[in-house]
Amino acid sequence: HTLLFHSAVPVASLFGEIYPPRNFRRLPKTAFHQKLDPLAFNLQWTVMSEMTSRTADIMRVSSHREVYEPCDDSFALVDALLADQTNLINHNPKLCMEIGCGSGYVITSLILLLKEKLPNVHYLATDTNPIAARVTNETLQAHGVSAEVVCTDIASCLEERLAGLVDVMVVNPPYVPTPEYEVGMEGIASAWAGGENGRSVIDRVLPVVDRLLSEKGWFYLVTLTSNYPSEICLVMRKRGYASRIVVQRSTEEENLIILKFWRDKDEEGVDKETSSESFMKQFSRSLSSFMEKQWR
Amino acid sequence: MRLIVHNMLTCNIKGVVNKFPLRIEAEKVIKKDVDFNPDFLRHMLAKIEWKALVDGARSMGYTELPDHAPALESDEPFLKKFHHALLELNLEEGSLVCQETGRKFPVEKGVPNMLLHEDEV
Repeated sequence: HTLLFHSAVPVASLFGEIYPPRNFRRLPKTAFHQKLDPLAFNLQWTVMSEMTSRTADIMRVSSHREVYEPCDDSFALVDALLADQTNLINHNPKLCMEIGCGSGYVITSLILLLKEKLPNVHYLATDTNPIAARVTNETLQAHGVSAEVVCTDIASCLEERLAGLVDVMVVNPPYVPTPEYEVGMEGIASAWAGGENGRSVIDRVLPVVDRLLSEKGWFYLVTLTSNYPSEICLVMRKRGYASRIVVQRSTEEENLIILKFWRDKDEEGVDKETSSESFMKQFSRSLSSFMEKQWR
Repeated sequence: MRLIVHNMLTCNIKGVVNKFPLRIEAEKVIKKDVDFNPDFLRHMLAKIEWKALVDGARSMGYTELPDHAPALESDEPFLKKFHHALLELNLEEGSLVCQETGRKFPVEKGVPNMLLHEDEV
């Protein structure tokens, strides 16, 4: 395996962290075996070095035509977790959860990046698509790790008993703006159809997450600029959460923003809590400069 | 599905009052070893509904759990049994049955399917 970057341009996140992008075009899996030619630098793909098995191996992620395959959004979320890896380890979570696990790429990566330093964490994953739940289990097994997988709508059968117990919550929701009738349709479309402003499912997830998170809970959420992330942050602010952007990435199709939330009273360990007014100023400034760069 | 998650599952059918615990009908149970971690077990003890755990373990063929958790949490033989029941018994195939309505939620390849039909929401 060799480590190659498509572009050496680092992406600066809101609070000055530099994180190199790992642009990763979706190719048929057979292409990986064919194209391992070190001279083919114009090919836009990267392969993780053998030394760092901190994330799931794309070649060992199970698949099915009705299940969302890992794509830029999945990789951006995992990059956010990687960027926060030290904080996560120091945070010492007991229970981590993913809502909408799809292929299992993200939950598997989360397990892999925590298990060396924190071998006794428990993991839970849900998906509304029963095939995705099965595929997630296959992906977990292929990597020699395990999590409890439940097929349910968001966390509908778990909310009561699990309230206040989840220390890390990770969600890559169906965020694509679509007509409302496309939301929640059976099969793979439920993985992306997000209704008006792509917020239908996100808006249902937020109160559930609030209920499930422990006092020290952290919540990572994938959004597009089209989802009005600043508004999401305001909604969460009213529920008592501070937030920041961990990764922002623009691809050909999407402007992705990976948000992190934590309860206000808690010290995050890296950034002090900012007042909602100054936060909104910084957020808007960063968002406009991010948007500006896209126009150029 | 292991008993740690079974102990967190409720029946979410509209109008149901007796939503926890779900009764287990086991068809295939597999045992998988898990590292023994007493700290985690003590942390979980307060959150676990004990009777649901005992009944669940019995349905999966494990009858060694005492009817009540002992007062002395540090009792290691007890913790070992608790550990085994909570984390090492895997329901691969079977059903979870709502005690009130009798509705069966299938467990296939270790995954419980808790999706509700339209009229149950």
